[in-house]
Amino acid sequence: MRTKMNTLTDNPPSAAWLLLFLAWLVAATATLSALFLGEIVGLPICSMCWYQRIVMFPLAIILPIGLFPDLDRRLIRAGLALAVPGLLLALYHQGIVSGIVPERIQPCRQGVPCSETVVSWFGFVTIPLLSIVAFTTLVVLLGAALYRSRS
Amino acid sequence: MIKPKTLFVGAIALLLFGFFLAVLIQTAERESQSSGKATHPEALVRMHAPALGRPDAQVTIVEFIDPACGTCAALYPAVKEILAQHPDQLRLVLRYAPFHPGVDQVIALVEAARRQDRLWPALEVLLATQERWTPNHRPDVEQARRVLAGIGLDMVRLAADAADPAIAALIAQDAADARLLGVEKTPEFFVNGRPLPSFGLKQLQMLVAEELARR
Repeated sequence: MRTKMNTLTDNPPSAAWLLLFLAWLVAATATLSALFLGEIVGLPICSMCWYQRIVMFPLAIILPIGLFPDLDRRLIRAGLALAVPGLLLALYHQGIVSGIVPERIQPCRQGVPCSETVVSWFGFVTIPLLSIVAFTTLVVLLGAALYRSRS
Repeated sequence: MIKPKTLFVGAIALLLFGFFLAVLIQTAERESQSSGKATHPEALVRMHAPALGRPDAQVTIVEFIDPACGTCAALYPAVKEILAQHPDQLRLVLRYAPFHPGVDQVIALVEAARRQDRLWPALEVLLATQERWTPNHRPDVEQARRVLAGIGLDMVRLAADAADPAIAALIAQDAADARLLGVEKTPEFFVNGRPLPSFGLKQLQMLVAEELARR
C-alpha cells in the first residue's frame, strides 16, 4: 500500500472531484453527440456551431487531466476559461435563431445560415438550446468544483 | 464507495458503447431508407437524359453528376472503366445535379454541345480540366467556355443554344428529380434503380456485379 503517495485514486472521491468528473461527463457526451449529428447523421454544421465545438471538444480531452492522479484545480480553471466563452457563444447563437440578434450582424451568410433550425425534437429542443444547457451545466459544475476545492 | 479510476473507465466505456450503438442504429435506419429511395422510378430516367450504351442493356446505371464536383470528376474514369468492361450489358444515363451555385450555366454549355453531337467530349474535357474553370468551387462560365473552345465546337452556335429556355427547363427537371429521389450529394448512382448502400467505388462495382449476375 502506498500510504504516503496517498492519491485520490485510492480513496473515495471528494465532492470537488465528483463535480469535475460530472463536468467531464457532460463535455464528453456533448462532444460525442456533436460528432454523431455531424458525421453520422450528416446534419449541416453552421459556423456558430463550429465556434462552440472549438471550446467544447477540448473540455472532453483536458478535464480528465485534472481528475488524475489527483484533483488539479488548474484544470478546473482552464475548463472555465473554455466553458464561459462557450456559454456566451451558445447564447448568441440562440439569439440569432430566435431573431433577437438583428440580421445585419449575422455572422454566416454563406453555407448554412445559423438562423436555420435543422433539428427540433419534441417541438422545442433545438441544437442551440442543447448547447446552452450543456455549457450552463458545465459553468455551474466547474464553478462549484472550484469553490469546493479551495484550500 | 467506487474507486475514481473505475468510475472514469466505466464512464468512458459506457459513452463509447452508447456512441457506437447510436451509429449502428443510424446506419441500419439509413440503409432501410435508402432501399426506399428509388420509389419514384419515373424520376430516375427521363426521355431527355443523355445515355451511353445500348438502350436495351441489361443493367442501367443512372449517375447524378455535378460537373463542378471534384469527386464526380475523380470517379468518372472509373465509371467509364466499368462501362468498358461490359460494353453490351451496361448503359449509363446521365442526370444533372446542379448543386454548385452557377454550375447550371456550365451544364447549359454541355447540353448546347450536345446539339453539335459533342456532349460526351464536352463533359469529359470539363471534368478533366475542372480546376481551371471552377477555382475554389466557384464555377466560372467564361473559363469553361474557353476550355470547350479547345474541342472544336461552333462557339457562336454554342452560346446561342446555351441560352435556349428548353435547356434551362431540362436542367430544372433534373434538379427537381434529384430532390424527389433524395439525392443530396454527388455523384449519386442508381443501378437498375437501386441506390448504393453507402458511397464508394467498391459499392458501385458490387452493385453492378450483382445486377449483372441476375439473369
